[in-house]
Amino acid sequence: MRYRVLSAAAAITVAGLALTGCSGGGAAAPATESGERTITVVYQKTAAFHQLDDLFQKVKPEFEAANPGATVKLQPIESEDQYFTKLALMNGSPETAPDVIYEDTFQIKSDSAAGYLLPIDDYVANWADWSQFYDAAKQAGLGDDGKTYGVSMGTDTRGIYFNKDIFAKAGLPSDWQPKSWDDIITAAEKIKAAVPDVTPLNIYGGKAAGEQTSMQGLEMLVYGTSSTLYDNDAQKWITGSKGLTDSLSFYKELYDKGLATPLDLALDPTIGSRVSTELIPQGKVAMAIDGSWLPGGWMTGDHAWPAWEQTIGLAKMPTQDGADPGATSMSGGWTLAVGSQTKHPKTAFDFIAMALNKENTLKYDTENSQIAVRDDVATSQDYLGYNPTFKFFADLVKVTHFRPATPDYSQISSALQQATESVITGDASPEQATKTYDDALTKIVGSTKVKQGD
Amino acid sequence: MSTFAPSPLRSAPEGAGRRRGGTLRSLSRSTPLVPAIILLVIFLVGPMVFALWGSLTNAALTGYRAAKPQFIGFDNYVSLFSDPDFWSSVGLTLSFVFFSAIIGQNVLGMALAVLTRAGSKILSTTVSTLVVISWVLPEIVAAFALYAFFSSDGTLNATLNSLGLGSVSWLIDYPMLAVILANIWRGTAFSMLVYNAALAEVPPEIDEAAQIDGTNSVQRFFLITLPMIRRSIATNLMLTTLQTVGTFGLIWVMTGGGPGTRSSTLPVLAYQEAFKFAQVGYGTAIAAVTIVLGAVFAAIYIKILKPEVES
Repeated sequence: MRYRVLSAAAAITVAGLALTGCSGGGAAAPATESGERTITVVYQKTAAFHQLDDLFQKVKPEFEAANPGATVKLQPIESEDQYFTKLALMNGSPETAPDVIYEDTFQIKSDSAAGYLLPIDDYVANWADWSQFYDAAKQAGLGDDGKTYGVSMGTDTRGIYFNKDIFAKAGLPSDWQPKSWDDIITAAEKIKAAVPDVTPLNIYGGKAAGEQTSMQGLEMLVYGTSSTLYDNDAQKWITGSKGLTDSLSFYKELYDKGLATPLDLALDPTIGSRVSTELIPQGKVAMAIDGSWLPGGWMTGDHAWPAWEQTIGLAKMPTQDGADPGATSMSGGWTLAVGSQTKHPKTAFDFIAMALNKENTLKYDTENSQIAVRDDVATSQDYLGYNPTFKFFADLVKVTHFRPATPDYSQISSALQQATESVITGDASPEQATKTYDDALTKIVGSTKVKQGD
Repeated sequence: MSTFAPSPLRSAPEGAGRRRGGTLRSLSRSTPLVPAIILLVIFLVGPMVFALWGSLTNAALTGYRAAKPQFIGFDNYVSLFSDPDFWSSVGLTLSFVFFSAIIGQNVLGMALAVLTRAGSKILSTTVSTLVVISWVLPEIVAAFALYAFFSSDGTLNATLNSLGLGSVSWLIDYPMLAVILANIWRGTAFSMLVYNAALAEVPPEIDEAAQIDGTNSVQRFFLITLPMIRRSIATNLMLTTLQTVGTFGLIWVMTGGGPGTRSSTLPVLAYQEAFKFAQVGYGTAIAAVTIVLGAVFAAIYIKILKPEVES
């Protein structure tokens, strides 16, 4: 270990020295917005997510033609679960820090607090298109200091996808709509009995699935109980939450009864891509709690699945016991942001403005099944007529929830994932896992920022 | 100490001028060492001090604590030592080292070395080549190969199925067994090569003399051969142990430290805390503990080696 760590550290230091040597302290150079300049765009690309790459491949030549001297360097990070880590490490040094960043809304507060992002208030103020963005979308791009750090690309909601063919075999209706968590369990048991080689339900539960476990999994449950994770008014995190224990008990029941995705798949880092490209299309899973963007991957691209419209049914995620408003959902969304260490902030913002103009937003929001947050896109016929699921998922906006917007959220989210995995692997009971989460939470935010829930 | 004490007494009457000259000479003689010392400080001492310092802060990968980490003294260590996950991780690391390096790689490596010396030329060349291939493979390639072997629809289960035996989720139900076997598979070649070289150095005359005295081959191995190569054994134990304590890629690719924390050895736990949960300071504290653990092993082996070195 010693030798390994040291030789790795030595290698990194050498690389670092080499890089600084080459650049000659370029970090101090003043911003240049004309002449030869290169902006680096960093974003995620996976087997199931190619739409953003498609968008940037289209925008790059257009932008370079419109801005002589500017070169756009596209730098996709092809990783399911390591995107945030790699991004944070790139932001750690001026030599690798990107100019334009594909940034999840939940990371904006923590990454702006870390000093990785540049406030863009001055730029958006002079951007004619900015008035088209909904207030909620503008809100999503704010940092803890109230400044704007990201331009929203669209938002999303979550619901239950189900396979109507499998449901028919199990004697379940094609317009199935569960009223409570118990209804989901009942349906899953019927499927297990009638079609034993199919996984009844996929609900993300492993650490490897990252934010999907927090959001498409645990939070879809917690926000359907009478508890919450964070008290917005008191600005305190909740400990000892009954809703959290109940949600974890739901996981436990699913796994105890063999109704959920087997652990060897559920804990695999590729589970996120496999659900949409493999498990659902091949009819290996009957129900999947997942995000509104899935149909985007079935309509075009390498994993196109033309039969999806006949096969897939959609149901709203019920609240725990049917309490009002009867359904729940979670919303997130991604933004484009400018890196704080850019030497060409205006060029970087101009790239964002072009990538998210009306035409390009329409392209991205339709192809990636996003809920549009630009008024001119959201109301256009081209958008509304593109995908038959848009209405279903847009209606969920009425019952949706947003993740707690604090700089600590991303770390707390990891603690939620750890709690969930410990329950589905049988390492901890729901009560123990809640206790472990409470301890981790208190360690992260401090004992003055938590309060006992009910 | 006693050998140094008289020297000032002897040099004192010779005058201060000479002494200064001696110091100057010894300084100038060590000048060629300066670049090496500077490199050592930068690349060896520097990162270690930096890591120790990092483990005393609450540095994070993102959020306010990424911009302005605070010095928090030994808080990371206090919460580390009171965390049951940490102790289970120490236990897993020790069992990983004991079963895969100390027992697995060493015993199997020795057995292979002895058997290939006894076997026919063709057989021993073939076996050695096969074993060395797994050693030559880059870690990540070997790790993926082993993942493919052990995974639920992998080679091992396919073989078991074709024999009419049921399949087992090796990486889920027996994660430690899987990574221990994987590390043995990957590392045995090193021990085999070391022991091959050591056995070749044992003079055949001693063996023959013992044979004439009426010993059988098992007695000769344990009473003659092993004691004669025990320096090689200690060196090999030290190298394989230190290499195994730091094994990360193999475990990370195969199980990701899971399910839960059931195969999270210290390096995996450190990575998880630092880069997945963004607690860089806390992760660094785990890495520091890992360094200490490696140092303890090294000290034990050096202790074993020492009488041999002096004699």
